[in-house]
Amino acid sequence: MNIKKTALYELHKKHNAKFVEFAGYSMPIQYSKGIVKEHNITRNKSGIFDVSHMGQLFIKYSNEITDKLQKILPTDLKNLKINQSKYSFLMKENGGIYDDLIITRMKDQYMIILNAACKQNDLQIIKNKLDDQNLDMNNNLSLVAIQGPESKTILENVVSNVSKLKFMNGENFSFKNNEIFITRSGYTGEDGFEISLPNNVAIYFVEELISKGSTLIGLGARDTLRLEAGLCLYGHDINENTSPVEANLKWAISKNRINDNFIGSHQIKKQIEEGVSKLRVGIKPETRVIARESTKIFDEKDNEIGKVTSGTFGPSVNASIAMGYISNSHSKTDTKVYLEVRGKKVPANICDLPFYKKSYVKGEANV
Amino acid sequence: MSNTKFSKEHEWITLDGEVGTIGITKHATEMLGDIVFAELPEKGSNVEKDGTAGVVESTKAASDVYTPVSGEVVEINQSIVDDPSKINADPEGGAWFFKLKLKDKSELDTLMNKEEYDKFAKETSA
Repeated sequence: MNIKKTALYELHKKHNAKFVEFAGYSMPIQYSKGIVKEHNITRNKSGIFDVSHMGQLFIKYSNEITDKLQKILPTDLKNLKINQSKYSFLMKENGGIYDDLIITRMKDQYMIILNAACKQNDLQIIKNKLDDQNLDMNNNLSLVAIQGPESKTILENVVSNVSKLKFMNGENFSFKNNEIFITRSGYTGEDGFEISLPNNVAIYFVEELISKGSTLIGLGARDTLRLEAGLCLYGHDINENTSPVEANLKWAISKNRINDNFIGSHQIKKQIEEGVSKLRVGIKPETRVIARESTKIFDEKDNEIGKVTSGTFGPSVNASIAMGYISNSHSKTDTKVYLEVRGKKVPANICDLPFYKKSYVKGEANV
Repeated sequence: MSNTKFSKEHEWITLDGEVGTIGITKHATEMLGDIVFAELPEKGSNVEKDGTAGVVESTKAASDVYTPVSGEVVEINQSIVDDPSKINADPEGGAWFFKLKLKDKSELDTLMNKEEYDKFAKETSA
């Protein structure tokens, strides 16, 4: 299989990116500054992320399509306002997650952003459920995120009036006479924006952001940022064997839809009513030891009670941090557990997510 | 560092009398990226040539640290455990890992000199 490249590939190269294959794409894992510096730049100033490998699916809006999409997604789409976005899931009948996604109601269409590794499978499911085999992702578009406290000012210098956007809302703007769509969103725990724009202007756009003071950031720092923010990485923290209820993402299931019919609704309703046996939690080791994915979790009596799904060192919290699934009986905050790392049991505590929380200026968009 | 020898596992050792100071090379830190965790052998423990004698972890992955020669650990550098970023900053100086009382100095003959190591590092990372 040929490794795919995004429209920003040459720009990454110019900025000395180290590349890694991710979901069939050659993507920058880091640039010359390194993961920790890139992480801190995003937290303290502004960072640019190429997320063009993600799928951008557009579906023409109609009442009929809304009804059909509601049979697939657990989100209240009927009350979704024009330009509003919601976090949602594509589920299996048993409640397992095929993918997590962002759906935005645009004026005359829905935009759905899908994970790179899942997008082809997602597309097939959606095609079948909507009974529309002509549906396809728009591969002529790039997706760029700009995240961090200075991003609003930097982006405003390139695209006027963008700072009026509220969190999880989007709008059409223009860049060099091209229509672009910007939402105020992101996946770093910082205030920020995601910009969908034509491939042929992507490099110019990002170069302008750089000239106004932002910096390219690789997937390595994206991972430490999202983990500090307590956000799930598909394929690790959520997958086909975890439901949104188990993943502690029940908030993303619209309350007025719990009794409705959508894929997985039966299982979701049951889990909400009866509870679940395992839950996704935050875990903080008492030392700097890093508990990586698949690290086993034990209780005080040495019973195995769970597994880590993501673990790293969080530069902004200056500590080792992890997320994982643990038996419900041990999921309470401050419960002491033990992580088996290189044969040794490392004491750790269950903790609230996120690990890192931004204190926002009043009136600002909240993440 | 003419007195310094290098291993294929990217450790360096500088001998001062009976005691060798051991650390990881600049080239190793460049491959690892930002180091965020370090674990050292216990003072007083005995380590065998090419055996595991510690761990470093970057934001990306964990790597074992091997000892290039055998001996008794007589000193460890706690400052790199407390602040592992020192390893990236000064890997072949202040951020040494541990000191060994060598068991058999002839083991040093199996190691590379600076010129040989630089060549080895260049070839293996190409």
